[in-house]
Amino acid sequence: MMYPKVGISMVRILERLGHKVEYPEDLVCCGQPAFNSGYWDESRSVAGKVLGRLKDAEAVVIASGSCGAMLRVFYPDLFAKTPQAQEAKALSAKSYEFSDFLVNRLGVTDVGARFPARVTFHDGCHGLRELGNKKAPRALLAGVRDLELVEMKDAETCCGFGGTFAAKFPMISTAMGEVKCASAFATGAEYIVSNDSSCLMQVQGLLSRQGSPVKTIHLAEILAQS
Amino acid sequence: MKSVIQQFKEQSRVITKDLRHRNLIQTALGKYEIKRDEKKAAFQSWSSARQAAAEIKWEAINHLDKHLPDFVRRLEARGTVVHWATTAETARDIILKIVRDQKARSIIKSKAMTAEEIHLNDALEHEGFEVVESDLGEYIVQLRKEAPYHIVFPAMHLTRGDISELFTRELGSAPTDNPEELTMIARRALRQKYVTADVGITGANFAIAETGMISITENEGNARLTAALPKVMISLLGIEKVLPRMEDLALFLPMLATAGAGQALTCYNSLYGGPRQPGESDGPEQYHVVLLDNRRTELLADAEQRDALHCIRCGACLNVCPIYRNVGGHTYGTTYSGPIGSVITPHLRGLQEWKHLSFASSLCGACTEACPVKIDLHHHLLQNRRNSAHEKPSVIEKITFKIAGFVMNRPGLYAVVKKLARLFQPLHKLVKGTRLDPAYAWTQSRDLPTLPAESFKDWWKKNK
Repeated sequence: MMYPKVGISMVRILERLGHKVEYPEDLVCCGQPAFNSGYWDESRSVAGKVLGRLKDAEAVVIASGSCGAMLRVFYPDLFAKTPQAQEAKALSAKSYEFSDFLVNRLGVTDVGARFPARVTFHDGCHGLRELGNKKAPRALLAGVRDLELVEMKDAETCCGFGGTFAAKFPMISTAMGEVKCASAFATGAEYIVSNDSSCLMQVQGLLSRQGSPVKTIHLAEILAQS
Repeated sequence: MKSVIQQFKEQSRVITKDLRHRNLIQTALGKYEIKRDEKKAAFQSWSSARQAAAEIKWEAINHLDKHLPDFVRRLEARGTVVHWATTAETARDIILKIVRDQKARSIIKSKAMTAEEIHLNDALEHEGFEVVESDLGEYIVQLRKEAPYHIVFPAMHLTRGDISELFTRELGSAPTDNPEELTMIARRALRQKYVTADVGITGANFAIAETGMISITENEGNARLTAALPKVMISLLGIEKVLPRMEDLALFLPMLATAGAGQALTCYNSLYGGPRQPGESDGPEQYHVVLLDNRRTELLADAEQRDALHCIRCGACLNVCPIYRNVGGHTYGTTYSGPIGSVITPHLRGLQEWKHLSFASSLCGACTEACPVKIDLHHHLLQNRRNSAHEKPSVIEKITFKIAGFVMNRPGLYAVVKKLARLFQPLHKLVKGTRLDPAYAWTQSRDLPTLPAESFKDWWKKNK
């Protein structure tokens, strides 16, 4: 909703690679906010619709490690011991975070992109630890022409977003974000890249407030540049 | 009185702005990380070691009904008096009775988080006994009348300067920021206490069922003196400390040292199996072991979170936790801080009162990744959230999620809400970052992205 460019970039890349992309227009959310807040019944009312609508897709590609982890890892827990348990498992097995899909399912690391800039990569926690996806985004960045990737010291440290956590404990969340930004600044990068828009919203929110010239950008947006 | 959640929120608000604290902790734990990684690399396979440790602890906890009585029987066979304490209060009463029966005046104590858990020092001091902490870090926080800041590094939040000032004030020593001199000041004060103490109290790191022995890990030799010099020795430990076999220590001692302190092994690892036996020249005349339940059996009954009893109190999850690293140990207001504390405190002290700690997490999972015995820490936080919402839902949140779900499942209605949001967005500028701002929680410290003129859905409709 907030970052249409990410979705548009993803569609363009997938089509460039010769795939047919469908977008279920009536799906809005995967149900993670309610799930993480402990309201599993309410989460299921949203997630149940996702299960039904994506039943016939060959593969489901998600531009976020966090939403990706929700479908892949948490749907089976959420629907365990319900009539939709099997459906949840089936969807889990064919759901991919975008970079994981490109590298590990399609075997693509070079999508023909060019992005002349010095960047550093932030590992979103869900993509990194729930999905175990550390290498794919880096392999894709390595395939981008004229891009220089400089790893930051705390690439794997949480940015402090954490969904409703950011609103429930704003000052803890902010302090975590400041630690993250400091780590990114130390690399001298012009861009902080991630494969999760929610992390980028947190980091960009802090950067803008501080008036920092460093910018955030989603991995898909870089891969769509040529 | 303020509720524990209010205290947590207020203290975290203050301390997260304290840049001196932030730098101190980030630097200290940054050094720990380097040491830990060096020592982890010495394992042939850290991941296999973790798996093996998790399996051994699984065996110990899931067969506690066998291992715990085995441990006790073997301890008793050598003349140890074993006491079973269901609650913190029972444990305190047992220890108070032993100390009174000895007509003891002064007590020396080595580091034991279980003693913190039952507030043992307060109880002993209240009855007029002098208790002295012999672990250097614990001694420092005791002099400051503070709780330990960290389960392994109790005085991590203090600089050499802070400690020097404290010693000058409390012990009358000359100011110095030389760590060796500071240690010698504490050592001189403590040596006297060992000699005069009537009772020594220790904790335990492991309880070996196979041999009926207690294993204590330390770096300063203070636990050995605490155990060896006084006539009476008392060890207080939770029932989850059991390991089935002596050989398990071959894995657990290096694992605890590596995960806990970035050491290959700690300087001293001692085993205690009973009071002085006939013909032996040293050791206490009496040895008491107090086994503490204090709602651990309730955690044992919870199949989903039982693995939280695997915990060996190494503190690795605290060290990597970005919440702990920003709010520090005291803010939690619990004996066990950091991720493990957030998981178990609701079980030990009540879910509704302590559930906020399970919400005070970004669920990043760094804790689970670091845990040497593979406790599924961050998923347990999710389960605590679910259980608390199930048991006592917040009306506002429940309604919010119900309405959100209702809107999101109706594309027409959702489109209207989106249009309204776009319409009202320019007005947001007027209140942005003020208390009137509905998004104040976010905007007090961060900017919000502006809603795009064209959403992805609009683009899709136009282009497809």
